[in-house]
Amino acid sequence: MATFDLNINGKSLQVDVAPDTPILWVLRDDLQLVGTKYGCGIAQCGACTVLLDGVAVRACSLPVAAIGEKAITTIEGLSEAGDHPLQKAWIEHDVPQCGYCQAGQIMNAAALLKRNPNPSDEEIDRAMNGNICRCGTYIRIKAAIKTAAKA
Amino acid sequence: MTRIKTTHNRRSFLKASALAGGGMALGFNWLVGCKPAKVAGEAAVAEAVPASWFEVNAFLKIADSGKVTIMSPNPEIGQNVKTSMPMIVAEELDVAWEDVIVEQAGLDTENFRRQLAGGSQSIRQGWNGLRMAGATARRMLLEAAAQKWQVPVGELTTSEGKVMHASTDKSISYGALAAAAAEVKVPEEVSLKDPKDFKIIGTSRKNVDGPSIVTGAPLYGLDTYREGMKIAMIVHPPAFGLKFKGVDVKKIKEMPGVEDVFPVTVMPDHVKRQWSDVQAFSQQIALVGDSTWALIKAKRALKAQWTEASKGENTEDHEQKMTALLRKLPEKAARKDGDAEAVLRRAAKVVERTYSAPFLAHNTMEPMNFFADVTAEKAELIGPIQTPASMQTTLSKVLDMDKSQISIMMTRMGGGFGRRLYGHFGIEAAVISKKIGAPVKLVYTREDDMTQGVYRPTYKVTYRAGLDKDNKLVAFHVKGAGIPSSPIFPNRFPAGTLDNYLAETLEAETNISTGAWRAPRSNFIAGAEQSFLDEVAEEAGKDPIEFRLELFQRAIDDPVGKRNDYDAERYAGVLKLVREKSGWDQKRSGVYRGVSAYYCHNSYVAQVLDIVMEGGKPRIKKVWCAVDCGIVVNPDAALNQIEGGIIDGIGHAMYSGLTFKDGKPEQDNFNRYRLIRHAEAPIEIETFFVDNGIDPTGLGEPSLPPISAALANAMYKATGKRLYHQPFMSKSQA
Repeated sequence: MATFDLNINGKSLQVDVAPDTPILWVLRDDLQLVGTKYGCGIAQCGACTVLLDGVAVRACSLPVAAIGEKAITTIEGLSEAGDHPLQKAWIEHDVPQCGYCQAGQIMNAAALLKRNPNPSDEEIDRAMNGNICRCGTYIRIKAAIKTAAKA
Repeated sequence: MTRIKTTHNRRSFLKASALAGGGMALGFNWLVGCKPAKVAGEAAVAEAVPASWFEVNAFLKIADSGKVTIMSPNPEIGQNVKTSMPMIVAEELDVAWEDVIVEQAGLDTENFRRQLAGGSQSIRQGWNGLRMAGATARRMLLEAAAQKWQVPVGELTTSEGKVMHASTDKSISYGALAAAAAEVKVPEEVSLKDPKDFKIIGTSRKNVDGPSIVTGAPLYGLDTYREGMKIAMIVHPPAFGLKFKGVDVKKIKEMPGVEDVFPVTVMPDHVKRQWSDVQAFSQQIALVGDSTWALIKAKRALKAQWTEASKGENTEDHEQKMTALLRKLPEKAARKDGDAEAVLRRAAKVVERTYSAPFLAHNTMEPMNFFADVTAEKAELIGPIQTPASMQTTLSKVLDMDKSQISIMMTRMGGGFGRRLYGHFGIEAAVISKKIGAPVKLVYTREDDMTQGVYRPTYKVTYRAGLDKDNKLVAFHVKGAGIPSSPIFPNRFPAGTLDNYLAETLEAETNISTGAWRAPRSNFIAGAEQSFLDEVAEEAGKDPIEFRLELFQRAIDDPVGKRNDYDAERYAGVLKLVREKSGWDQKRSGVYRGVSAYYCHNSYVAQVLDIVMEGGKPRIKKVWCAVDCGIVVNPDAALNQIEGGIIDGIGHAMYSGLTFKDGKPEQDNFNRYRLIRHAEAPIEIETFFVDNGIDPTGLGEPSLPPISAALANAMYKATGKRLYHQPFMSKSQA
């Protein structure tokens, strides 16, 4: 066990965990931030996507010891009032079915829009291809990203 | 307007009681009154659900503020019943949807019936009961207002949570009437709205959990947290056919974060299994601690000994077994009209083709998990389960407790697809909680989830069609093998459309656990049948839609046999609609089209799919989909279900499959098990609903089965090659 000072959603937090603990389980088990989902544990499905200094990363495969000073943003911290343009667009397009993968989809889309505010369909496909949705909401996800890009 | 009896009798009655703090609570308990007629095709879901299907009820509270809480009794797996079922209650109650608060009900077998997600039946079987729940409460509010104003109840009307008396220009809110309404005698008969007066049903209402989903609020079983709760994981035998022999727990217990490790018997042999008790491994090893990560590491380090209980199976063996089955003569035909064999022998042309598909895992995005807190007095369970009542029954036997001591709360589920009909993970959590004497959340890793599944069976089917010299279809023979169950529905199309029809089923046992997977059997057989008919139409020199419509015409004019599981006019109706909407007759260079249609789970679907080829790979440009599911309760959410089913169906037909080596699943995570991804989804899906005012049927499954054939038929146009074996894309192509 070791102590780590983390910057999560703009707050400084201290955790005492094994250094190899993926940040996913620190968020879920130690901080009760359960919006970040466990899907595969091997960075193949994207359900656990969070932002590390604004870049999308898979929380299941990122050990807490590798984070250092970098800021983590989770779905809970994407906006104060749940009104990030992507969150609003997700509601407008009524995207979710089961909804389990959607936090990861939104976080991945947030990173995409940050580096490319007006992505083409092909750029959306490429950027989002690591996020699986078994319910098959891909078309609505793309439409919502385009709506958010226009906002 | 429909008058409907509220079925009071000795066994079934309505209870009204005043709630503390004002307001009216209505508990409904209908047993036989809302039972829909047994319809053809019911067998389609019989394997997935228990016999007690038809009982329905609902529950609502009206606050003196006018807010209405509507309990959503059925499990929510992404089919959107948590929004659409309360919409039906709100419609008949006649409240503004904005004043409705929806709450998920837990298992309550006293007050609710059929709290089950399966077979696309929630809306169809809930329809009458939900309407009656709203209408009965509305009637009691009307009577309370009539007493208050001393006017005949017939002079009163309602709108958006208010009762109005036109001639005196009086108006009062439901909230102000709620306390008095709670004292009103429950009516024996109530009126239901004429569908043309619907204000909520038929309008798109957003998912009631949408805001929680997009902000990451705790909703799912895996998000459950309780002070003092332990985390548990399991290790199961690595292959089907193996069972637990022994484990040295000493070193593992010494690992940091591991509190306890022990073998656990989940289902003792003496417990009589019910339909939902599908589980491969009744004895496992449990690990308990405070950190999921510590337990994952301990699982990896754990070395257990396993012993052979039965022989481990291989995918090649399954192939050979099914091929051998198809060579056998079954003892009895599943259906035989005329003499297909004789007609085939003298037919001018015979087309014979064989189709197959592998085992499939469910791969819900949320892996299996459950919370349990078992003490000497009670068992409290919280988690994702499609069949809470069945889980309670099994728990009662395993824990040796009365059902009244066992509570089950359903969480929103990160996907169901049939996997969570089989709640062994809840039993495992309960047994572990009992053993350690603490509340526990059992968590499966993705690998646990994929390798301890309840898989879609593997199938192989051979079709033969006989054409006469005028290219008329005169005989049809389908022989379907499956491990462990055949995919054949003997009374579905094309049964009933021709004089000589033969359907045969063949099955072989396996030690691999299998069960219902989104649209059981239909998920394979629709694609096989509709691909075959495409080829037969081509052999007959006919347009594939025209060819099918001719068959339906026969079933409309002069159906063969009495037991045909479909309405040929509605079936033909969706085909005609998709033909028109897709502009079927237009030919565009470089664009290749396929068509398919299927009926299952009481709904009719026809699809046209366009592909273009990009670098040797198909890109799906557009899917047109025509659907007849009767009244559409929540149109945008209904479209979402259709789109999802289509994408799911394309994905599994193209890419997915589970193979076995010596009983061990060869795919255990998404690096080896391919699911469809963003870039592979159709660019556009356009759906058209038939507007016929018929009582609604379900949408969670029906759009999935036919799409694999629309795709295969389009691929044939593009490549000249027919696709017979799923997944269509080989490993190197995918």
